[in-house]
Amino acid sequence: MLALPGEDGAIIAGGQSLLPLLNFRLAAPSCLIDIGRLDELRRIVEGDGYIEIGGLVRHCELAASAVIGEAFPLLHQAIGHIAHPGVRHRGTLGGSLAMADPAGELGACCLALEGRMSLQSVRGQRWVGAEDFFTGIYETALAGDEILTAVRLPRRGPGGIQIFKEVARRRGDFALAGLALVAGANLSNPRLALLGVADRPVLAARTMALLREDGSAMGSAVDRAVAQIGKEVDPAQDPAYPPAYRRHLVQVLLRRTLAELSP
Amino acid sequence: MSIGAEVPRDRAKRLLLGRGRFVDDISLPRMLHLAFVRSTHAHARIEAIDCAEARALEGVVAVLTAAEIADGVASWRAEHKLFPAMAAPEQFALARDIVRWQGEAVAAVVAHSRAVAEDGAELVDVSWTELPNVVDGKQALAPDAPLLHGHMDSNLAYTTVIEAGNTRKAFESADVVVEETFRFHRHTGVSLEARGIIAEFEPGEDRLTVHQSHQTPHQQQDLYARLLGLPEHKVRVICPDVGGAFGLKHHLMADELVACVAAKLLARPIKYIADRMDSFLADIHCRDHEVTARMAFSQAGDILALEVDDLFNAGAYGQYPRTSIAEGNQISRLTGAPYRHEHYRANLAMAFLNKGILGHIRSVGHPIACAVAERLIDLGAGKLELDPIAVRRRNYLHGDDFPRTSVGGVEFEHLSLRDCLDKALTMIDVARFREDQAGLRAQGIYRGLGIATFVELTAIGPEYYGEGGQHISAQETCLMRLEASGTVRCYTGATDQGQGIDTGIQQVAADTLGLPMAAIEVISGDSALCPMGGGSWGSRGAALAGEAALRAASTLRHNILAIAASLLQKDAGCLDIKAGEVVEGGITHMSVAEIARIGHFQPYTIPHGVPADLTVTARYATTGRMFLAGNGLQIATVEVDVESGIVTPLRHLVVHDCGRILNPLLVREQVRGGVVQGIGSALYEELRYDNAGHLLTGSFADYLVPMAGEMPDIEVAHIETPTATSELGAKGAGEAGTAGAVGAILNAVNDAILPLGATIAEVPITPPRLLKALGRI
Ligand SMILES: Cc1cc2nc3c(=O)[nH]c(=O)nc-3n(C[C@H](O)[C@H](O)[C@H](O)COP(=O)(O)OP(=O)(O)OC[C@H]3O[C@@H](n4cnc5c(N)ncnc54)[C@H](O)[C@@H]3O)c2cc1C
Repeated sequence: MLALPGEDGAIIAGGQSLLPLLNFRLAAPSCLIDIGRLDELRRIVEGDGYIEIGGLVRHCELAASAVIGEAFPLLHQAIGHIAHPGVRHRGTLGGSLAMADPAGELGACCLALEGRMSLQSVRGQRWVGAEDFFTGIYETALAGDEILTAVRLPRRGPGGIQIFKEVARRRGDFALAGLALVAGANLSNPRLALLGVADRPVLAARTMALLREDGSAMGSAVDRAVAQIGKEVDPAQDPAYPPAYRRHLVQVLLRRTLAELSP
Repeated sequence: MSIGAEVPRDRAKRLLLGRGRFVDDISLPRMLHLAFVRSTHAHARIEAIDCAEARALEGVVAVLTAAEIADGVASWRAEHKLFPAMAAPEQFALARDIVRWQGEAVAAVVAHSRAVAEDGAELVDVSWTELPNVVDGKQALAPDAPLLHGHMDSNLAYTTVIEAGNTRKAFESADVVVEETFRFHRHTGVSLEARGIIAEFEPGEDRLTVHQSHQTPHQQQDLYARLLGLPEHKVRVICPDVGGAFGLKHHLMADELVACVAAKLLARPIKYIADRMDSFLADIHCRDHEVTARMAFSQAGDILALEVDDLFNAGAYGQYPRTSIAEGNQISRLTGAPYRHEHYRANLAMAFLNKGILGHIRSVGHPIACAVAERLIDLGAGKLELDPIAVRRRNYLHGDDFPRTSVGGVEFEHLSLRDCLDKALTMIDVARFREDQAGLRAQGIYRGLGIATFVELTAIGPEYYGEGGQHISAQETCLMRLEASGTVRCYTGATDQGQGIDTGIQQVAADTLGLPMAAIEVISGDSALCPMGGGSWGSRGAALAGEAALRAASTLRHNILAIAASLLQKDAGCLDIKAGEVVEGGITHMSVAEIARIGHFQPYTIPHGVPADLTVTARYATTGRMFLAGNGLQIATVEVDVESGIVTPLRHLVVHDCGRILNPLLVREQVRGGVVQGIGSALYEELRYDNAGHLLTGSFADYLVPMAGEMPDIEVAHIETPTATSELGAKGAGEAGTAGAVGAILNAVNDAILPLGATIAEVPITPPRLLKALGRI
């Protein structure tokens, strides 16, 4: 249906972002395509070296999944920050990623966890890495006729680090700033994804490089990383939350994260 | 006794069962829906409005602009004769020629459904010429500022000075002077149910029937009759369940009036329900004051003098019919009111701005008056190195100080300030808190304790609006009717928006009549059925409508006993009514039901001269005083994350005196709800505009309301000092929570960050503002 000429349809999954858009008259699709009965999109599949999460898996299902909790505690930490139980019982992973809110928790997590998105259309299926999937504010690599069917996350080695942190005004609000840190034991190969500080979830590449070089979360290494991340992020103008504030928050969050890692 | 008992309210049960009947639940045959085209500019000239495309849309019945309704509805001016110099520019139901705030209604689209009406509104093409705008008071009052209202020579709506003693001298001779400039940003009331109206016009009878989510049905009846040119007795305003109001719903709102005009023009029922965007743009706003205040102390900690300069950033017009002056007026009169000081000066300058109309929302002016004085006391105590609690106690009006008219001109019959403080100190161990606070600071955890004393002005008397020339009743009448079965219908002019005043009145009637609660039904919210009254605002229900009910019930009781006495051949003075039975000492003679049956069906058995009316009325209005003043204090503790700037309320306690308490359950919930609203304005709620006067907070994503998750438990205790001005002895209770919470939180946050050498005087205390104050960003 998405591919039909003359139609300007929109997929509806949990409706937790789309319905507000319709209410605000910010979206006016010619029809809604309910994908709620595509059961194959509801599965969490354990593959060889990866776990694949279907696009229709709801936030509450992710939070209840022991498999996810074991492999990706990051996701469990993050979901606690997403809205309220009512929203978490309807909102889906696919919807959240397709919506691409720059302050969305799940996008940053997928980026930190080196996720790859499966995009499918009548033309076929393709995989896009999280780094290329998010292209701008509410913008993704999804073509008009494509559905996000699943996200594949590579399993991590034992003893690794996964930490999610954010600051929001009230419990469940979108983050003013947040970070997802994923690394091997002893902070090896760190991946640090940020939310709420750019037009999309971003990796703090230079801070990651610095952490990799220093290989430590102690003393002056922390100060260097914190200083670096302050230089690295460049939040947009916002009259309520000026860039300096969000930059400061990222620094606070990084310092707190690294403090948890120091013995 | 049911007065003073913790009686749950029947209405709450029904609402919780999902069986509420709000305006939007009502659907009338042939009903049409209304949506508005609102100004996209803060200040602009309307060059042309092209409605052709909208009118051509299928489902659209009419598109109305100022021109189409000009003959059907009059304009108005928000005037107040007690403030004759206040500017009162003419306002129209739909903007004529010039729009003066973003969101002002310009055209109305009537259609078969709301969705089509909104589609139609999108098709209305307005050509604008933008005009220079003013969005802040200082800018508005600058000599070369663009003018909102062409007939005025400045944007100054009103200015006044209130003075007592000689502050200049007092400041010169003071040991310590503290000064602070405060900013209280603009917010609104945010009722769960937005404003809504259904207007139905019957041309054959010239009859307008309105269902409206409103606090004041009789006021609306009068306004609709006058503005639409209808005989008043042909206008009926019915308020079904109302889901919160907080002052948002006791004004004339232009869009609601348009619904009435449209109903009249089209002779079909018209429904308009404000959505959230409409609400933020077009509801009444509140606060938006910049206050600079100074307080002078003696070395011993006596408050010697207080000066308050209030720049009141009002809206584009005065709110109608009450005008917008009250918030500024209350600040001028109430700041420092709980304290004994002789030298006082308050300056008020109220400016028109290109922003939404500003008016009366819960606790009008109180939170600002309270926060300003309470913060200055903490600053003064700090400078004097005195315990801020001791400084308060020392300066509280007390004992022989009453009765008293304050330096700001507020009459106090009695205030129980020291008693409230003593009680509060039994609820929280301040010394222990200070110890913990010091210990935690060493760990980088910053906690603070803030205290705020307030007076609460309730039950406004008829002198304010009566002398002001407004058709607003400050008098309440109760009509009480004994049914033939011995149950009672009680019709009141007060209205219930969820606060439970129905139940309070039911308790008064039951107690006075000697009937069980279940035998009393209270009927309110209908301008045709209920006796003329003021509705509910300014915490007047218990004090005024409660007293009227007491008087009506006393008369009815008197008549019931007179009939009983004649039937029993007894002296009425020996008889009493208990649990629905007429008793004499331990003997039960007959039931009230029996008397009702005889009174209605066999009146011939009652001799002439016996007062046998079983439908009675009584009225009550206060005389000779503007307000009944209650009082109380709040103590808040908070934790401040000095890195993220997030403030977490920890404990919040309120000790409150509202005179005689009808129902502690209801009063506590009033206070708690008020505290939550106060915490909202202290930490979260703000209507932000950009420099072009565009509202940036048009939804709940940007306008943050306090949520249950962030709210502390709110502990409430009472001191009960009945007012001697009425038999019932009740004062109002609806302002208290909101009045004190801002000051308590502001002081608590400042206490927390004190060791970091920072202060903050701007609310809401957002994280960026706090971190700026701390010098961290
Ligand atoms: C009050 C509230 C608070 C919230 N707070 C947060 C928060 O703190 N953090 C957060 O991350 N989110 C938050 N959300 C958003 C929530 O997580 C949404 O569930 C999520 O963003 C969208 O998921 P959905 O399934 O509801 O998508 P929908 O609303 O159904 O769809 C969203 C968009 O994605 C498209 N879409 C949906 N599924 C697919 C698919 N499989 N393939 C391609 N396109 C698709 C739709 O066409 C639409 O454009 C909040 C929502 C609400 C209402």
